[in-house]
Amino acid sequence: MTTDTSETRRYGLSQLDHLEAEAIYIIRELVAENERPALLFSGGKDSVVMLNLAVRAFAPGPIPFPVVHIDTGHNFDEVLAFRDRVVEQLGVRLIVGSVQEAIDEGFVREEPNGSRNRIQTPVLIRTAEQHGLSALFGGARRDEEKARAKERVFSFRDDFGQWDPKNQRPELWSLYNGRIHPGESIRCFPLSNWTELDIWQYIAREDIELPDIYYAREREVFLRDGMYFTINQHCRPGDDDEVFVESVRYRTVGDATLTAAVPSTATTPAEVVDEVAATRITERGATRGDDKVSEAAMEDRKKEGYF
Amino acid sequence: MDILRFATAGSVDDGKSTLIGRLLFDSKSIFTDQLEAVEATSAQRGDEYTDLALLTDGLRAEREQGITIDVAYRYFSTPKRKFIIADTPGHIQYTRNMVTGASTADLAIILVDARKGLQEQSRRHATLVSLLRVPHIVLAINKMDLVDWSEDVYREISEEFVDFAARLEFTDVTTIPLSALTGDNVVSRSANMDWFEGPSLLHHLENVYIASDRNLVDVRFPVQYVIRPQNGQGDYRAFAGQVISGVLRPGDDVIVLPSGLPSRVKAIDTAKGELAEAFSPMSVTVRLEDEVDVSRGDMIVRPNNQPTVTQDLDAMICWMDSEPMRVGAKYAIKHTTRSARALIKEIKYELDVNTLHRHRSPSDLPLNAIGRVTLRTTQPLMVDPYQRNRQAGSFILIDEATNRTVGAGTITEH
Repeated sequence: MTTDTSETRRYGLSQLDHLEAEAIYIIRELVAENERPALLFSGGKDSVVMLNLAVRAFAPGPIPFPVVHIDTGHNFDEVLAFRDRVVEQLGVRLIVGSVQEAIDEGFVREEPNGSRNRIQTPVLIRTAEQHGLSALFGGARRDEEKARAKERVFSFRDDFGQWDPKNQRPELWSLYNGRIHPGESIRCFPLSNWTELDIWQYIAREDIELPDIYYAREREVFLRDGMYFTINQHCRPGDDDEVFVESVRYRTVGDATLTAAVPSTATTPAEVVDEVAATRITERGATRGDDKVSEAAMEDRKKEGYF
Repeated sequence: MDILRFATAGSVDDGKSTLIGRLLFDSKSIFTDQLEAVEATSAQRGDEYTDLALLTDGLRAEREQGITIDVAYRYFSTPKRKFIIADTPGHIQYTRNMVTGASTADLAIILVDARKGLQEQSRRHATLVSLLRVPHIVLAINKMDLVDWSEDVYREISEEFVDFAARLEFTDVTTIPLSALTGDNVVSRSANMDWFEGPSLLHHLENVYIASDRNLVDVRFPVQYVIRPQNGQGDYRAFAGQVISGVLRPGDDVIVLPSGLPSRVKAIDTAKGELAEAFSPMSVTVRLEDEVDVSRGDMIVRPNNQPTVTQDLDAMICWMDSEPMRVGAKYAIKHTTRSARALIKEIKYELDVNTLHRHRSPSDLPLNAIGRVTLRTTQPLMVDPYQRNRQAGSFILIDEATNRTVGAGTITEH
């Protein structure tokens, strides 16, 4: 152990370097210990960063696992196009689990409010089963939500994909326990310790491409529950809604019927970094109708097998 | 900007979650929608004050019972540092979750209720924090508002802790009297305790010097994964992993353990290009000059500075499962990137966390107990004493039937 201050300063690492190194270590660890992992990739910013880190973890080799998209059918067109382009560029295999098909088959039933957030869980679990996937990487971060703040990096799920928050495996140092019996699985969250600001600083520093909806553009919007919704094929204003043009961007990309935009003038990653650093409201609080259902909405969904 | 990871510790109701809530609130790290949700819940329950503990008690069962069950991670930054907080539970039942939070911490805040002094659980947590060698300790004497900001109470508890800690191994202890409820000495210095001349808690967290805690001397590179692309990259073959200590450079003579085969570092690769040096905690890919047999679980080190290669471990173990650890039982063991099986040969003693007395030769180690244990592993492990190297000196035990993580071990000096 050294106490030489010039030495220690020389070997200092920024918080982004720390987080990057930790995430790459976690990604490699799961792949080394799990037979059939896959990465959930929606085209959202966190999953884009995850995919970038996966490339770095195995370079110059290819990413040794497929990516999975649970397609709710409620997508932003630009995001879907972005997904396909990235997957093709990297040459990774894309597995799509379609919620629409699951509805058509009668496997799940549309919820009265039209949200497909909850019914994507059984589709996710079925898709993983059909493809024999025994672990899934996700881009979830602990700063997003209070139930996520409690979850392990290697999160054990039982035969039904369920999370048991009262009985999690102790997780010491960086020794992850990925052991499972057949039928059980691991959800793995390498970005656990990243905040929204870290994600954006990393995107800016590494010049990572994102779908255009993450940047401010003049868009046709209307207000619902005080939130800005853009008009798209899944999201139409009601007869009484006033439609106007506003410079907005998306902070999160979820179900297109429920995800709101925020007023913004940030057109570059660096400008988004400044905006995120100054914001006083969480990304989910600002943009997600689905989390407003109850105080424990996320915990309840995770217990059912949600990410 | 660097990162400071810190954990809270202490008995139930000593105010750990409230302190974290206060720290977040007073450093303006709480988002308005989070605060509104907490205020609404607090008002609905008829709390006298907004209960800031609700900010970290995120599970339904925690909010119902008003206790912390599992560790919650929170993040905030000041212009000086990024902080990762592990807010850990105080109940003995959830000790394993406290250990989870403390194992990666640079600093631990041990909270004590000024009215009650050290409780059994405060002692247990202090012992665990010492065992885990968290490098920096803050003894936070909380609820000073309820003892009239009394300097005498502060001195009494400080002395009680110093007496107890004399038998533990702490290198850096800072004592701060505070009130998480009122915010005195949390972010700004307290006007109610002008007799106290030390820093506020946040000031200390921002300035405690952690850069020298890292080990930059002993090169330890556990191989995590062999990268050997099949898609026309020629004969590229390299070893991916995280540098856990030391500084590794191209041209360095190395040996691969446990085989002992010598080689030299040809290059250190990352996706962005080659590096002139790699050090903790960087995740890199190492290429060697020679075609030596290397696989996951092997360790690359310098020939003149080697860890102990052994199948016999002497360790302190914190037991975390309701099924006790028994002499003669076998478990899976994970140490760095290496997995093997381990036989419990002997439990030398169990440590009484209250008195630090050693009970000799128990037949088993029950849930939440701490004991000195010898183990024999099926394969050699490359180990350093935990006090010298946190990563090369630690392991976990896994029950092979249930796959639960049942024990946490720190290797003692051979």
